[in-house]
Amino acid sequence: MESGAVVRGAARPQRPRSLRARFGNLLSFRWAAIALILIGWFVYYPIVDNFIVSTTDQDIYTGEVTNVGLANYDRLLHDPIVLVALWNNCLYAIISVVFQVFGAFLLAAIIEDLRSERWRRLWRAIYFVPSAISITVTGLLFYFIYQPQIGLLDAALSRVGLSQLVMPWLGSEHTAIYAIIAMSQWQGFGYSTLLFAIAIQKIPRDLYDAATMDGAGSLRRLWSITFPLTREMTGLMIIVTIAGAFQVFNEVMVMTAGGPNNSSQVLGTWLYQKAFIEDNFGYGSAIAAVIFVLTMLTGAAQLWYTKRRRVQL
Amino acid sequence: MSATVTAGRARHVNVWSVIARTFLYSFLVCLGVVVIYPLIWMALSGVKDNAQIFGDPFALPVHWSWNNYVQAWNQGVRGYVTVSVLVTVASAICTVLISAWTAFGLTRTRMPAKPLVIAIVLGGLMLSPTVAIIPLVKMLQALGLYNTYWALIILYTAFRVPFTTFLIRAYMLDLPGDIDEAATMDGASEGQIFWRITLPLCRPIIISCVILHVLFAWNEYLFAMVFTSGSDVQTLPVGLTSIMATHGTNYAVVFAAMTISALPIVIVFFAAQRYFIRGLSEGIGK
Repeated sequence: MESGAVVRGAARPQRPRSLRARFGNLLSFRWAAIALILIGWFVYYPIVDNFIVSTTDQDIYTGEVTNVGLANYDRLLHDPIVLVALWNNCLYAIISVVFQVFGAFLLAAIIEDLRSERWRRLWRAIYFVPSAISITVTGLLFYFIYQPQIGLLDAALSRVGLSQLVMPWLGSEHTAIYAIIAMSQWQGFGYSTLLFAIAIQKIPRDLYDAATMDGAGSLRRLWSITFPLTREMTGLMIIVTIAGAFQVFNEVMVMTAGGPNNSSQVLGTWLYQKAFIEDNFGYGSAIAAVIFVLTMLTGAAQLWYTKRRRVQL
Repeated sequence: MSATVTAGRARHVNVWSVIARTFLYSFLVCLGVVVIYPLIWMALSGVKDNAQIFGDPFALPVHWSWNNYVQAWNQGVRGYVTVSVLVTVASAICTVLISAWTAFGLTRTRMPAKPLVIAIVLGGLMLSPTVAIIPLVKMLQALGLYNTYWALIILYTAFRVPFTTFLIRAYMLDLPGDIDEAATMDGASEGQIFWRITLPLCRPIIISCVILHVLFAWNEYLFAMVFTSGSDVQTLPVGLTSIMATHGTNYAVVFAAMTISALPIVIVFFAAQRYFIRGLSEGIGK
């Protein structure tokens, strides 16, 4: 494209830019118009509106909207469930980074080290299958797996002699959020493994050949070639995974809806509970604003990182 | 002398590498079982009867009865599949066409302020649906689109255009420009170049984008749950939770419904794996 422009410039004499040419340039905005209107209307504007809604309070019965300033945010600071939710989001982020970034990296390195391309493709595909399936399906599936009467988990535990561990995993305040996070790892690790595998495939093969010639074993190659050369990808995946962890909603909604006793609430489900179950749009928007700030922080980190490292996801 | 040393060393290395390899292979297989077994369990539970489901969960079905699948299909799943297909296909077409159109403008025309337009479009990647959900409810209610397919088609398109534009733009940047140079010389308009030259050349990335979009739209839950309430406009993910609520005690039917909902997307993934991976690869690589 760039080289084409140079050739054209060289082949034709430069014409002064007429009014018509400038008008023509403006007309070429039509190419972006639909996208800009659509994104502006349905993606950007709601974010702005969200802040406006968050400073109001709507009466459920009369529908009357009153301006309450920062009262919703003040209430947020004194809401103990917000702390629970925030902590659960953090747990989600930490555990997901361990399994879906570092675990997936190791797994991808193991797979890409296999000699036969057919097996590499097969493993990548098998591990990816849960990511292709709707989170509602996997959420419901694990709801059944965790169930004491019909579930696989408790049955498997009693079978291997660990019946003291048998419990209603989603029904206990202590285990519900961990059970949900475990499901999420099951579903998501294949996706990040695939991304890492693609990144590893982009490393020039001769680096490995040269290292093997010099007597480097698999571990040495992993540590000295694969890891440093996918570090950009790893950094990016950490940021993306954390951003995702603060927006988590579906699996919690499907499996526990935040229960029991709000122990597995995350910010997303608490927003839903407040805005759509208790009809408190103002307070829901204040929670949404918190999620917005958190995702913006991770987004800024991502921008900074990709600018510095010249990679994008 | 030196030959024996080398041979001894090689054998030593081999023993360890065989042990390591066996260990790694068994690890891969175990992980594979952990991933696949629950899905097989789900499909098999769909052909069991309730008594068997409450028995040993590891047992194979005694009587294979497809009745549960038929029942699930007739009691709602057919309608949910229809809505899901409609919403997925319509939003995939809109998303890919609008994105290709925008990417063309950003790479092939003399549009002013391109960096600003790029920043606005790609900035949309960072904004999450959760944050926009409350204003969107008010907005779509005001527009009269609440509880219609249109709500989902428009929102899936609006929220996926940034990512899709990003992918197609990256691909167009790598396309050689001389063909449309030649076409311009021959008097072709920008529109003709887009439809006749650039779009056909972008076919591989377009297919990848369609696959990625289908995966997203078929599985999306938040918007589908908030914006639809009637069973005639609900997509599969939401419909499943409705089935769960109404057939909660008849587990076998729920398992059958879950399997029906998962199967098409798994088939699409295996059939189009190559394009799917290309899409991801393009997304990372630039």
